Amino acid sequence: MSTAPAVPLEREHALALMRQMLRIRVFEDRCYQLYGQMKIRGFLHLYNGEEAVAVGALTPLRDSDAIVATYREHGHAIVRGIPMTRVMAELYGKQSGCSRGRGGSMHLFDAERRFFGGNAIVAGGLPIAVGLALAAKLQARADVTVCFFGDGAVAEGEFHESLNLASLWTLPVLFICENNLYAMGTALQRAQAETDVTAKAGAYRIEARAVDGMDVLAVESAVRDAVAKMRRDGAPALLEMRTYRFRAHSMFDPQLYRDKAEIEAWQKKGPIVTLSTRLRASGLMSEDDYQRLERDALTEVDAAVQFAESAPWEAVSDLERYVYAERTA
Amino acid sequence: MPNVPPEPQARIAYRDAVREALREALEADPRVFLMGEDVGRYGGSYAVSKGLLEEFGPERIRDTPLSESAFVGAGIGAALGGMRPIVEIMTVNFSLLALDQIVNNAATLSHMSGGQLNVPLVIRLATGAGRQLAAQHSHSLEGWYAHIPGLRIAVPATLEDARFMLGAALACPDPVLLFEHLYLYNLEGTLLPGVRQVDLDHAAIRRPGRDVTLITYGWSLYKCLDAAETLARESIEAEVIDLRTLRPLDEATFIESVRRTRRAVVIDEGWRSGSLSAEIISRIIEQAFYDLDAPPARVCTAEVPVPYAKHLEDAALPSAERIVTVVRAVLAGGGSD
Repeated sequence: MSTAPAVPLEREHALALMRQMLRIRVFEDRCYQLYGQMKIRGFLHLYNGEEAVAVGALTPLRDSDAIVATYREHGHAIVRGIPMTRVMAELYGKQSGCSRGRGGSMHLFDAERRFFGGNAIVAGGLPIAVGLALAAKLQARADVTVCFFGDGAVAEGEFHESLNLASLWTLPVLFICENNLYAMGTALQRAQAETDVTAKAGAYRIEARAVDGMDVLAVESAVRDAVAKMRRDGAPALLEMRTYRFRAHSMFDPQLYRDKAEIEAWQKKGPIVTLSTRLRASGLMSEDDYQRLERDALTEVDAAVQFAESAPWEAVSDLERYVYAERTA
Repeated sequence: MPNVPPEPQARIAYRDAVREALREALEADPRVFLMGEDVGRYGGSYAVSKGLLEEFGPERIRDTPLSESAFVGAGIGAALGGMRPIVEIMTVNFSLLALDQIVNNAATLSHMSGGQLNVPLVIRLATGAGRQLAAQHSHSLEGWYAHIPGLRIAVPATLEDARFMLGAALACPDPVLLFEHLYLYNLEGTLLPGVRQVDLDHAAIRRPGRDVTLITYGWSLYKCLDAAETLARESIEAEVIDLRTLRPLDEATFIESVRRTRRAVVIDEGWRSGSLSAEIISRIIEQAFYDLDAPPARVCTAEVPVPYAKHLEDAALPSAERIVTVVRAVLAGGGSD
């Protein structure tokens, strides 16, 4: 499993990574509360514990790269630059939301930022990522497509079909498996005869590595290297991020399938605490720095909630808009 | 003005008309490419794309593995990425392996993204029975797809539509499914002179008549035209409407016709229960009930998986004879098939 590189870390960069992880953590904690207050409805899948993956993976990307994510994608959307106000408004189902209230938590979109969802069919986004990469190749662009999916997706046929096609056609897709050990409540070893995800990639001749997904520096370094190589050779790659979700699968999950002790053990090596310890030890971050970043995140989330609260609802008369394109192709 | 005789139109088969459409699209727009199972080296399982690989190369005529979900999804992704992909699915039955991509992604992305995305993807599928291919190669599921908001469903039945509907589909910013009836690939004739484009919005009256309206699409169009010939000998003038697009349905055309003829028979190679024919008759009842002289009737495929043996397959499918029988019954005051 690849870990953090030994290269020196700059203070500004370290604080930027910490800032992004805190933005996600504070946002998700607020979503949890808002769900209890019935401000957010539907299915809500929180990303607590997995922040290092989205932050480390999206930081090295270019604006022209494409992203395909899953239904647990608030963090990816925020790090990609969709304003938190518009993400929160979407969770409220408001017109100002990033999908005009038609998608909700599981379907955040931003065409301008090349953020192609928010897909709530497990593995359903993988073929789309292959197609986005095919378009980039046919247009002779050096852009890559980064496709996130969970360990549950590995059991779907679309995972295997997509890896094969990407490899067969040499398409620049970076497959990122967010392996948090459970497909909803089904542990990996209860669903997979081969639990090593990288071994499956090998069957399609795709280069693959497992990465400590709780270590943002390890994630960032692995993605930076993979993307740099991909821009040169155009070949797909797979990174298995070994991570863990601290909260339930969704808001309807009593977590009968795992022990509290297991959760606590993972929390001790959580991505925020891990980076925080390291940065304090190396003197790159003071307690004041941390407090400021956390305060900034709280302020930003407060503003997002306020924005969402006061945002208008979509008119019911517009219910049937956008089923078909309103502009020409 | 010199008296120039009109240039004689060369005879053309339906499959050649589709190939011409593909060639024209590939020549006109560098964003267009074709992918699917055996579209390249094999030349297409119904020989539609024969020769295109040699002409346009493997980047634009892409043979895919047998991975319907992946290559249909890749078509969606490529469309999102600025290309104009044409995906061929060998038969509509195989499209069920890509149903997730078609229904959960292609049909939803525009609406679910609040109009930010659109999916200008064309999927061509062979559909229908009549070649003794049994139950996993013979079904007519286009009416099923017509249930889905976000998709456009078009069915080229004539040579002109085979030749020009693809262009209309590619010009459309939405996902379009083009259903080519496998029995029609050998249909031969001459293209109507002067037709250079068609739309995806309107049904067409293929034969005018005053006594009854036959509403149909695809291969059944020809059965209806045959039936109309037989009926004409009995002084029954049937109007034959080719729906052309199943979603959106051009109800204005068939409602207007039914109001005139006061009788309607729907001929659909799909099954009867929960079907497109049921939808059409509902709309007729909702909008033209008081104009009717008889209850509307239907001729559909028998509710069985399409069987192999020729006599059984024939018995399962709509035929000109059955259409004639039902029309006579309707004119006598009522009676479905």
